[in-house]
Amino acid sequence: MATAVEDRADNRPSPLSDAVVVRFAGDSGDGMQLTGGQFTLSSALAGNDFATFPDFPAEIRAPQGTLFGVSAFQINFGSSAIETAGDAPDVLVAMNPAALKTNVPQLKQGGLIIADEGEFNDRNLAKAKYDANPLDDGSLAKWQLLKLNISQLTMDAVKPFGLGNKEALRCKNMWTLGLALWMFDRDRQPLIDWLNAKFAKDPNLAAANVAALNAGHAYGETAELAGPLKQHHVDPAPVAPGLYRTLTGAEGIALGLVAGAQLAKLPMFFGGYPITPASAILHHLSRLKEYDVTTFQAEDEIAAICSAIGASYGGSLGVTSSSGPGIALKGEAMGLAIMTELPLVIVNSQRGGPSTGLPTKTEQSDLYQAVYGRNGDAPMPVIAARSPGDAFECAIEAVRIAVQYMTPVMLLTDGYIANAAEPWAVPDLESYEAFPVEFLTEAPADGFKPYGRDEKLKRPWVKPGTPGLLHRIGGIEKEIDTGHINYESSNHQAMTDIRKAKVDGVKVPDQIVELGAEGGKLAVVGWGSTFGPIHQAVRRKRAEGKDVSHIHIRHIWPLPANLGELLKSYDKVIVPEMNTGQLKTVLRDQYLVDARPVNKVSGQPFTIAEIEAAIEGALA
Amino acid sequence: MNEMTTIARTTTLKDWETDQEVRWCPGCGDYAILKAVQRTMPEIGTTPENTVFISGIGCSSRFPYYMETYGFHTIHGRAPAFATGLKLANPNLDIWIVTGDGDGLSIGGNHTMHLIRRNLDCQIMLFNNEIYGLTKGQYSPTSRVGTTSPSTPYGSVDRPAQPAAFALGAGARFVARGFDVSKELPNVLKAAHAHKGAAFIEIFQNCIVYNKDVFEDFAAPKGAEDRQLWLKNGEPMLYAKGTKGIALDADELHLKTVDVVNGDWEAAGVIVHDVTNRSVAHMLVEMRFGEFPMALGVLYDDPRPTFEADVVRQNKAASEGKTADLQSLLKKGQTWTVTDGGPEL
Repeated sequence: MATAVEDRADNRPSPLSDAVVVRFAGDSGDGMQLTGGQFTLSSALAGNDFATFPDFPAEIRAPQGTLFGVSAFQINFGSSAIETAGDAPDVLVAMNPAALKTNVPQLKQGGLIIADEGEFNDRNLAKAKYDANPLDDGSLAKWQLLKLNISQLTMDAVKPFGLGNKEALRCKNMWTLGLALWMFDRDRQPLIDWLNAKFAKDPNLAAANVAALNAGHAYGETAELAGPLKQHHVDPAPVAPGLYRTLTGAEGIALGLVAGAQLAKLPMFFGGYPITPASAILHHLSRLKEYDVTTFQAEDEIAAICSAIGASYGGSLGVTSSSGPGIALKGEAMGLAIMTELPLVIVNSQRGGPSTGLPTKTEQSDLYQAVYGRNGDAPMPVIAARSPGDAFECAIEAVRIAVQYMTPVMLLTDGYIANAAEPWAVPDLESYEAFPVEFLTEAPADGFKPYGRDEKLKRPWVKPGTPGLLHRIGGIEKEIDTGHINYESSNHQAMTDIRKAKVDGVKVPDQIVELGAEGGKLAVVGWGSTFGPIHQAVRRKRAEGKDVSHIHIRHIWPLPANLGELLKSYDKVIVPEMNTGQLKTVLRDQYLVDARPVNKVSGQPFTIAEIEAAIEGALA
Repeated sequence: MNEMTTIARTTTLKDWETDQEVRWCPGCGDYAILKAVQRTMPEIGTTPENTVFISGIGCSSRFPYYMETYGFHTIHGRAPAFATGLKLANPNLDIWIVTGDGDGLSIGGNHTMHLIRRNLDCQIMLFNNEIYGLTKGQYSPTSRVGTTSPSTPYGSVDRPAQPAAFALGAGARFVARGFDVSKELPNVLKAAHAHKGAAFIEIFQNCIVYNKDVFEDFAAPKGAEDRQLWLKNGEPMLYAKGTKGIALDADELHLKTVDVVNGDWEAAGVIVHDVTNRSVAHMLVEMRFGEFPMALGVLYDDPRPTFEADVVRQNKAASEGKTADLQSLLKKGQTWTVTDGGPEL
């Protein structure tokens, strides 16, 4: 196995590997996401740090055995800080020929393939477009190959339970999980408990799955001495004591929004329309009604945002969420929220574009859309989350800005963050400062001005139903103070200036340097989910003595006040992004710095090695 | 309507007028509708602060600026979506949607349909002038075939939508018709307000610039009694001073006009209007003017539970017995504790 994992030298598991990347790949019906999810939990319980990358097809049930129907789940776990799902797997579990074909090119040289040879029949080989069986023709020679008839072994293991053929074969993923648990010296009991709970209504099925899990584990134990299968142990990562759970980005955002609404002392209204990969946020929130959350599945993306604006007008925290194509549809309504100066949070879980693009793949190509994508001069704060845990913090920040400045705010996340899980130290809510909203309930001494402003240029928030403060708002240009319709040129100039000044004046923390010094030879500037690979790459290069720093921008608009000076303190600036250079353009425009793009638009996250190569290139 | 509006405070027409200069064309039918609404409001026992007018884009959608209430002039076609969010945020508000044939049936047809099907408690006033006024006279989805306009110089070829039939087809539980200068309009508005749920009112409105007098054939005062059928619940469907009526052709299953001799409408088979009869409502909204008089007034009125009431009820039921402790929610699911001795469940 690759350098990361040392083979077992004696009868005890060896505790020497730093990090291991395992990729489970199979047909979409093989339960790979479930297997990966449970292996993740087991990694957490083993005390490893980890990052995961679920990589699944856009089709719900693609034809069985096809190349485009392959679903994979990658996990990187280790005994030190893990920030990416890993560049190249050390172990590939391939449940059929298609899974092997689509995933083996990424496997590390010398890495281990575990293949279910029971599925490598003529039919499946043909579907995967293999002319010859790769398990037999020597084409996998640069890797270690372990072929097992997992299908048959599973059938044998569950035989006593009298399941039908199809049902019995569905236990394959638990057999595989059992083997993986053995390989990495994991405790089976939590998984057995989970299976018993999951299939509580069908104890026979639960027992069959447990038997498959145990059989996979037992296979590892007994087959160990022959062939490439070895047991490995990855030490726990040094983690601060505390309570942990796994968190996906979608969960982070949902919980952060609820926390934000509570800190603002507002009920939340969430208007959404199903779209991949944003729907999970709607699903999470729709179960949280006791937190004063109303969710509304609207008839379309436009109605989703308009209903949220309507709710904000009524005194709730309006929230809407979508992905690129849906965000495009919401553009006109965002303009109205800017014009009427109502608070609103818009979550954009970015995916590959343009148009329908790559619905289940990740990209960061909506930055222009977020910052500039509306008609007219329509400034709007934009925040980008870097990880699932950070999504929680960013959601609170988005709510804070929205209510404190009476403005829509866009929160950018992406398909990778939305689906990926990481261990999360459960925060203490007491440590967050509340920012309760105060509605205007009676006219001030100098008279009520619907578009009067405080020192932050925020206009008052008045709930319909409030006596004495009747007024009308709308999308036509507003007269200063009164909010009446006004088409005069001087008023439009003044109002445009005010809207810009308000958003420019949003207080955001100064930009910090994540790794390295302020000033030097090279800054690697990132935003969003590229945090992991950039951070690791910069860490490695710094360990080699290279003068390189990592800057990661959360506040995309307005940008931190010190950012221009900070960027100018480096000889060179490179900007890795999963797009063709959007933040790069903004930085050049704002600061006239020679920011150089490092781009990847393949639907897959950056690898650490790719960023390292970019750093080498910039320093050369 | 809503249950919180039994307010003792009385208002007059003046209380519902804003200080804003009304900017419709002189002679526009919208003036008459505005007056009718302002005249109706004091009679329905609601207050200006509890009332919200929401509109989209178009001539009719300027309406909220002229009502001394809360008002939201939103974007083209989307007023129903804003209304839905607002009503869910505060079910006590009394919401009136003002829209037109373009705003409500063309760009916003989708939202109109869903608002009606969900049965959000509100009044939808659709001003139908069969033309796009604010964009200077293009034909609209309700324009008759052959309408010449800047965008259809050789006449429009597409068949028009019928607003009342559309509403009923979308599941409306209240459908009414009136026209701008009709003295009956306030009564229609009152009935709409009294209906709990989405109340759809098609108001024929005369665009004197781009589609002048397009409704004159039935709206003109002269001969009106022969061309207008004002429906009243529990009363026979009579017009032409009681000399004509609407009856059912039971063999062909459609409505027909019949002559009533000596006032004996029963002998003529004239139907008694039952506002809860959905089958007859379907026939009334389809009655073609010309062959029949124009059916006006409340065509259908049969309430059922409203969307916001069901949402509130479900939210309440789902929350029952649960405490909104966010800290414990954060800890929900599979967790583990890291101590000096390592992680444990």
